[in-house]
Amino acid sequence: MPNIVHKFANPARFMRMADPVLPWLSLGAVVSITLALYFGIFASPADYQQGETVRIMYVHVPAAWMALFTYTTMALASGAFLIWKHPLADLSAQAAAPVGAAFTAIALITGSLWGQPMWGTWWVWDARLTSVLILFFLYLGYMALVNGFDDPERGSKMGAILALVGFVNVPIIKFSVDWWNTLHQPASISRLDAPAVDPSMLLPLLLMAVGFKLFFISILILRIKMHLLKKRIRSIQMID
Amino acid sequence: MNCIKTIIGRDLSLVMRQGSDAFVVLIFFVVTVTLFPLGVGPDPLILQNLASGIVWIGALLAAMLSLDRLFQLDYDDGSLELLILSPYPLELVVLCKCLVHWLTTGLPIMLMSPLLALMLNMKSTAYLSLIGSMALGTPIISLLGAVGAALVLGSRRSGVLITLLIIPLTIPILLFGVAAIQAGSEGYSASAPLMFLGALLFFSIALCPWITAISLKQVVS
Repeated sequence: MPNIVHKFANPARFMRMADPVLPWLSLGAVVSITLALYFGIFASPADYQQGETVRIMYVHVPAAWMALFTYTTMALASGAFLIWKHPLADLSAQAAAPVGAAFTAIALITGSLWGQPMWGTWWVWDARLTSVLILFFLYLGYMALVNGFDDPERGSKMGAILALVGFVNVPIIKFSVDWWNTLHQPASISRLDAPAVDPSMLLPLLLMAVGFKLFFISILILRIKMHLLKKRIRSIQMID
Repeated sequence: MNCIKTIIGRDLSLVMRQGSDAFVVLIFFVVTVTLFPLGVGPDPLILQNLASGIVWIGALLAAMLSLDRLFQLDYDDGSLELLILSPYPLELVVLCKCLVHWLTTGLPIMLMSPLLALMLNMKSTAYLSLIGSMALGTPIISLLGAVGAALVLGSRRSGVLITLLIIPLTIPILLFGVAAIQAGSEGYSASAPLMFLGALLFFSIALCPWITAISLKQVVS
């Protein structure tokens, strides 16, 4: 295991490997998001209860998945950074944080827009909504902490520990709809039996999820490259 | 054992000699709680419904105010490095520091809370669970706060940062603390939320000093 970890820790090798796949990933993201939008807006039926507003789901649910996925990625990367002093792991955690915060914000905003016609209110303080809001705060706190030090090395170490501590919130969000009686509906896709969503709605949903994930990976690579270049600029400036 | 006594004695006498620090936290607690009746109106019934939340939010905010001094002074004068280099486990040192922090902030807050609850017209049946939830909840704030204080040590604007980091993590304390008081004021048994608080306390005693020690070791490396 450590061997594989160290093999990918070399920034130059990362750049060499990432550059050729980046255009394909971005293309894949554009294509699947476009297809998902087409199927979601034009080629899928309106819900018999919710009407046209159900289409908000095709953005809301994948964004919420990504909000959790990104934080999990950050926590894993932070763990790898603390254990193996893996420099790229730290950069990817830092690069992922603003993206995750943006996904969380999208999930919260679309959820609020969906809640107004369906529940008759923009916001309720139920367990799912509140725990996702806390996730948003955790993202902001992480970013503030990482940038709060004059010495960037210190910032990344402290940020990594915070990311791991904050991970307790992720299972709470995931299971909040099962543990508490919430207004938010329980999981309909990841269930032991078949998903409780019709295939015509499942298709755009999953396409959007794939598109968001590809988008996340492409922007992550871009941001890691940016961080690497920033690091290089810093070390050049230090020589002067 | 000797080491524990020495550290606790040293920190306690430091706080005592500075004097005002611990007192300021208590005053902040009283002032914050006083603002609520002015803000939401002095109607005794409204205040009675809000009392549990007001007291707990006041306690949380007041405790936040005091967290950054947990390690800051030791960090500034270099004694933190000596504590880290000492042969005793750093986790134990952290636990002692948390205990002193609780004795000088959590305990006064807990003792003051029934008086404020009285001014907020809290039901008499709720006092026992108020004290119980404070007794179990305020030590958790000190322990979680130690994690936050170690994380922000040496950063710019550490006081604001620590609040931003720790407040989201203290939400369970607030939830169970308020739930215990509500149960008490409605005449139910408050044992379930109090047991949850106790469980959280033991979790924090086990985990927080360890995480804090890891962060502190990064500070001097």
